Amino acid sequence: MIPLIQAILNGIMAGSLLAIPAMGLTAMFAVLRYANFSIGALATIGAFAAWYANTVFGWSEIPALIAAFVVAALVGMLVEQLALKRLRPAGALTVAIASIAASVLLENVVRFIFGNDLRAFDTPLVRDWFFWGLRVGPQQLQNVIIAVVIMALVFGFLSLTRYGKAMRAVADNPDLARIYRMDPQKIAMATVALGTGLAGVGGMLLGLDSAIEPMTGSRLLLPIFAAAVLGGLGSIPGALLGALIIGVGEEISLLFMPATYRSAIGFVVILLVLSMRPQGILGERR
Amino acid sequence: MLSYLVFALITAGIYGILALSLNLIWGAAGMVNLGLVGFFAVGAYASALLTTLTGMPIWLGLICSMAVGALVGVAATSATLRLRGDYLAIVTLGFAEVVRLVALNERWLTKGADGISGIPRPFAGLLNPAQFQIFYMVLVLAIMIVAFLLLRRIDRSPFGRVLKAIREDQELASFAGKRIVRFKMIAFALSAALAGLAGGLYAHFQSYISPDHFQSLLTIYIFLAVTAGGVGRPAGAVLGAFLVVGFLEGARFIAHIIPGISAVQAASVREMMVGLALILILQFRAQGVLPEQRLPAPKR
Repeated sequence: MIPLIQAILNGIMAGSLLAIPAMGLTAMFAVLRYANFSIGALATIGAFAAWYANTVFGWSEIPALIAAFVVAALVGMLVEQLALKRLRPAGALTVAIASIAASVLLENVVRFIFGNDLRAFDTPLVRDWFFWGLRVGPQQLQNVIIAVVIMALVFGFLSLTRYGKAMRAVADNPDLARIYRMDPQKIAMATVALGTGLAGVGGMLLGLDSAIEPMTGSRLLLPIFAAAVLGGLGSIPGALLGALIIGVGEEISLLFMPATYRSAIGFVVILLVLSMRPQGILGERR
Repeated sequence: MLSYLVFALITAGIYGILALSLNLIWGAAGMVNLGLVGFFAVGAYASALLTTLTGMPIWLGLICSMAVGALVGVAATSATLRLRGDYLAIVTLGFAEVVRLVALNERWLTKGADGISGIPRPFAGLLNPAQFQIFYMVLVLAIMIVAFLLLRRIDRSPFGRVLKAIREDQELASFAGKRIVRFKMIAFALSAALAGLAGGLYAHFQSYISPDHFQSLLTIYIFLAVTAGGVGRPAGAVLGAFLVVGFLEGARFIAHIIPGISAVQAASVREMMVGLALILILQFRAQGVLPEQRLPAPKR
């Protein structure tokens, strides 16, 4: 029983980190209507920006986190502006392919600058806490708290601010939003900034646990998409729920499967969801 | 120098078959297969294992690599063929990752990261290495030409026209009485079979395969090939494959002559150029060198 509870606990912690980039992906999908595959590379870029701020400038976690968001958001907007925006009339799949090409480009820029070596954040080593036979790392717990705060900020942004409300309006009905004089270009760019910034933060938080290298983000791509598809592509609460389920599923799979197959869980979940409930748990935006 | 050229032509032939596979599924039917390298790997492993373990002749191994590719392809994507295109993209991407994990972890079958060696080469006893290379080049290019003629035939057949109708307007094609999912499934199976065949040809050429040989970057190369050559036209796909091999070799050369960079940096420069080339072509010449020929609507 204890191993199962431990797995669920670990899964919730891992899932809440996964939720951050999954929310970014799904927000961009809701507004722009294409699957942006470059978020893996942008997660890597965020992680490296934070790592640089942390180990070279000696910044602590929160400023490093802001650096991750800002750098990933800037690069994400640059990619959208230079590579993707003009392709939107050619259809969602063309944009998706261009976003993959962009991620190859970005990953190799990171590789060119930093090389292939694993790099770890400069964080103090702390002993894990034990209670009722369960183990929790203070670092993990801190990351979860940060993730929850970020989620609260995202929900607050979407429901309270002008830009947030405009994003939801465009996601619900772009034509109606245009009639109300919302500038679709501005809102698209704000959404890209939010989505790719969240991917950057997610990359950093997931990198804090272990180490980062240029392919870190690509490895996260499958679970991130799985979380978004499971919850219902385009639904923000869905991405959160989906991420928690994927996180728990991955950890439980470790109890009876080799750890190397962990990332295959995302694929299995996507297949199951698409064959049984293609719109996802909380429904997809159409 | 000659053997280098022959090697490049064999690679181009294998890429050409992969490009024809992608062009059928993406160019004609408008479905995206981001896991092309997964089908390539499945074909390579299928033929490698069957010929090394059971002593099956190579030609039969290649046929099996097509069959296994098609079967696995339909099994992995059947859930998504009735859904919107993005889902197929995500599922095929995941499929390639799962193939890589299986190849890496199921040591009893694939020998894991060590890879499979001693894959038989055709007429290995009769030909010296140089003769073998030339023979294999002729073989691969001949198979590529047969595949090309076949796909051009499909492209111009009623079947090909239905695929293009599905690409342009799925609802309309369905309204016209076409069974969309069945057409998509056949197209996907054919495409996966071709990718599997390319994998089999690769395995018997290299005589050694390991998970390292099947990087997802290969899928990007083929997308670049099809886009550069002309989406929706088999001749474009083949031309694109040769252009990409030329481009990659040129990029290798350029990456090497930049002074003061390490081997890792040179490799990253080369991959950057691939990503950049794909973006630029999509932006400025999405129709490719040989644009799709659109037949005028029949006159009444």
